[in-house]
Amino acid sequence: MGLGRRLYRGEIDVDFVGKWRLWYSLSGILLAISIAGLLINGLNLGVEFKGGSVFSWQPKTTVGIEQVRETFLDEGVHQPIVQTAGERYRVTTETLPESKTLELQSVIAKEYGVTVDDVNIQSIGASWGGEVSTKAWWGLAVFMVAIILYLSMAFEPKMALAAIVALIHDLVITAGIYAWSGFEVTPATLLGFLTILGYSLYDAVVVFDMIKEVTAKLGATSKQTYSMAANDALNHTLIRSLNTSLVAILPVAAILFIGTTVLGAGTLKDLSLALFVGMIVGTYSSICVATPLLVTLKEREPRYQAIARRLASTGGGKGAKGSKGSRSAATAKG
Amino acid sequence: MARPTSSHSKPGRTLLLLLALILALAGTMFLQKAYTPKLGLDLAGGTTVTLSPVTQTGAAPPEEILDRAVNIIRDRVNGTGISDAEVAKSGDNIIISIPGVGQSEAIKLVATTAELRFRQVLWMEMTQLGQEQLATEAPTPSGSASPGVSSSPGASPDASPDATPASPDASPDATPTTTVQPRSMPSRSPGGNQPSASPTGKALSSALTSPVPSPSQTARQGDDRQGDDKQGDKQGDQKGDQKGDQKAATPTPEPSQDPNAGINTDGVDPAVLKQFHALDCTDPKNRGQGVQDDPNKQYAACESDGSFKYILDVAKVVGTDIDTATSGVQQGSTEWVVQLDFKSKGATEWSKLTSAAFNSQEPRNKVAVVLDGVVITAPNIISPIPGGRAEITGGFDQQSAGELAEQLKYGALPLKFERSSIDTVSSTLGQDQLEGGLVSGIIGLALVVVYCLLYYRGLGIVAVLSLVVASILTYTAVVVLGHNAGFRLSLPHIIGLVVSIGITADSFIVYFERIRDEMKEGRRSLRAAVEVAWVRARRTILIADAVMFIAAVVLYLLAVGGVAGFAFAMGLTTLIDIVVVFMFTKPFIALLARVKFFAKGHPLSGLDAERMSLDSSTGSGHKTTPQEA
Repeated sequence: MGLGRRLYRGEIDVDFVGKWRLWYSLSGILLAISIAGLLINGLNLGVEFKGGSVFSWQPKTTVGIEQVRETFLDEGVHQPIVQTAGERYRVTTETLPESKTLELQSVIAKEYGVTVDDVNIQSIGASWGGEVSTKAWWGLAVFMVAIILYLSMAFEPKMALAAIVALIHDLVITAGIYAWSGFEVTPATLLGFLTILGYSLYDAVVVFDMIKEVTAKLGATSKQTYSMAANDALNHTLIRSLNTSLVAILPVAAILFIGTTVLGAGTLKDLSLALFVGMIVGTYSSICVATPLLVTLKEREPRYQAIARRLASTGGGKGAKGSKGSRSAATAKG
Repeated sequence: MARPTSSHSKPGRTLLLLLALILALAGTMFLQKAYTPKLGLDLAGGTTVTLSPVTQTGAAPPEEILDRAVNIIRDRVNGTGISDAEVAKSGDNIIISIPGVGQSEAIKLVATTAELRFRQVLWMEMTQLGQEQLATEAPTPSGSASPGVSSSPGASPDASPDATPASPDASPDATPTTTVQPRSMPSRSPGGNQPSASPTGKALSSALTSPVPSPSQTARQGDDRQGDDKQGDKQGDQKGDQKGDQKAATPTPEPSQDPNAGINTDGVDPAVLKQFHALDCTDPKNRGQGVQDDPNKQYAACESDGSFKYILDVAKVVGTDIDTATSGVQQGSTEWVVQLDFKSKGATEWSKLTSAAFNSQEPRNKVAVVLDGVVITAPNIISPIPGGRAEITGGFDQQSAGELAEQLKYGALPLKFERSSIDTVSSTLGQDQLEGGLVSGIIGLALVVVYCLLYYRGLGIVAVLSLVVASILTYTAVVVLGHNAGFRLSLPHIIGLVVSIGITADSFIVYFERIRDEMKEGRRSLRAAVEVAWVRARRTILIADAVMFIAAVVLYLLAVGGVAGFAFAMGLTTLIDIVVVFMFTKPFIALLARVKFFAKGHPLSGLDAERMSLDSSTGSGHKTTPQEA
């Protein structure tokens, strides 16, 4: 049967759990690169987080917003925020060196027919700085604790732990991409991160729910180790995971495409890039990080170790990590 | 949450319920004639106001004080977190941006200090203004000391009505030489040489009961100090049993004509008495914001509409003693009030203060509610009030009561501000960004539709319709919330909503895959499978949505600004997801299961044997399902 047909029929049998070494190495490398990027480059925070300067003046002739934006971009300003305030133009830039500020002032004066003194320059503090960031971090911390408690009750503590690790994994790698690419982190980016946070957990929860259901049936005489059962569950929800990811990523991809090709820099690109990367990493992590991690934790429990030992000695399975576990189980049955 | 039990047997009824919900939302939209969502700062632009701190010395305020002010202003302007307003420091100034035009009024209220103090009344007199008001209006029943109170207690001076046409210009701060209230006097009125419309000297008790305009009321210039006070004499023999006399009563320093005739000066600080005489309540300048009174000193103050002036005791209860403040309608009347809950220390003090007032004689049986240095109301205390609750009446309407409650809830500003500039600013994003976002979002959702139809065939229609229902619910909810709760959409919100609508399809996928499991076991009809699969899918969907909802609630409650607003949108879409799945997807599939096209597994239905992995040789070769493991 072709892959497409097997996908359609939901007949997939990939040994995700057995390849845990591969996933752990892959994720480990990605995390290391990301953290290195965060440490070396840091994040390129936008004016909303760091504060900056506001240029304002009243042009002698009518000019368009685009024209003003161009002027600033040509002068090397990264993401000028251009607004009109009545007749005046108001442009917010990142904090610029003194010389650059003066230079811009004279460029504006020349290009818009005003004197240098007519160009008003004001420093502005971070609208998303200080308190806003601090409280967001607090919210995040409390949220993690709340989720661990909730998942510990709804599922079990080890699942909660695995889900949170996968979540942090997703956030760090997404942030790492921003660090290395130097893309500006704006409030829109931050909100993209928050969406990933919910999305990543959502995905893990659906997978874990199935794993919980499947592994609940494991007993002293069962023919499957925890790894095998978990891998079965994973394969079983694979169609759903892929479908869901596709359905969620399609709109994001469309926005990213238009945001970067047609519109260029702006909120759309900031937001959709974070979402796009985060969702792909999130899908990967719920399958290849969260579940293998859960299995690693669970196989240490005596009851599952006992099953693994018994199956290993009778040749009914292939060890704790259960490579090809589900297929052998199916063969044994049919 | 929806009702899974009723949908179990009566999918039609659940669908009708959903229809009713949608109609209710849409009806609200049409009734309010609000068809489009309110947009945030980045999309709609707004009003930007620069506030400059006003300090006594003119020096820049300390950084941490300014930070505190920024936080309080942010809470006031965006306490609910969903209005997309922004507050930033700019040097020593504070810049507030509120989405939408014509918001300067809102910003004005945000910038008021809102320093609330409760002070026992030591003496009060009706002013010329009060006389005029009484002459034109019906007297209010006694018990309320505030006839015709202006409806905006916190309004700044320029908003106050100037009821005295002959009102003289404020003289250049001939500040009284007394320094009893060093912080309170800078904007204080004319000194002794220019008491324009002088106090009426009308004793309060009679003012309340017999509103006879004093004969001596004309706007006077020059050195004519005080009006006579004949009725006031009646109270001259009042016994000084007030608790307010920490300081010995000293005779009035006024040598010539005794202005204190009839005033119960018992326990009154002579310096404050002097200020009291000098205080001109007809001048709106003395009734506006920014008169910063020292809570530890006695104080002379005007009523907010200028009808009375008072000598007030030290503040026994202050704004920081307030735990929460809400607005509401007083029981048994239509008057809007601000209800206060005190913290435990405040409750004790409040109880003591009201007992003291209760045990005093007119007019010391009143407790003045002083906001930003102005008396907004001074009710009689008819019994001591234990329990830490209080209501402020003061001629509020719904809006002003709500605004005052908000101000009090988030505390007083540690600084006084003046508005140094107000600008209407355009959106920060080009129209192209909004259009691009919407167009690409719609393209993306269209791709989702195509994919669902290709993959799930007939049942894909359920997924597509689920998306449509989710879109309708989201749109109407956002419009209604925008017009009733101030919820504003920024571009990130819109993208977030588009993505969430896409994710709604996931609940359908979870459910559908469960149905397939049930069908695979081969022993159930579609109708039975739909119900059994639902029980299991429901649990998964609820746990997954609960996680999203916890994320939303925690971030909404703990974060501020844009993060809180986004969390709100996240919570909203999670609720909508649950509503759609419980009230639409499930009952709709249950209905379809009765249709032959689906029940018999037509190849285009998405429920055919091929799709279900049911080979003709039943049971052989199919993959192990978890149920068999």
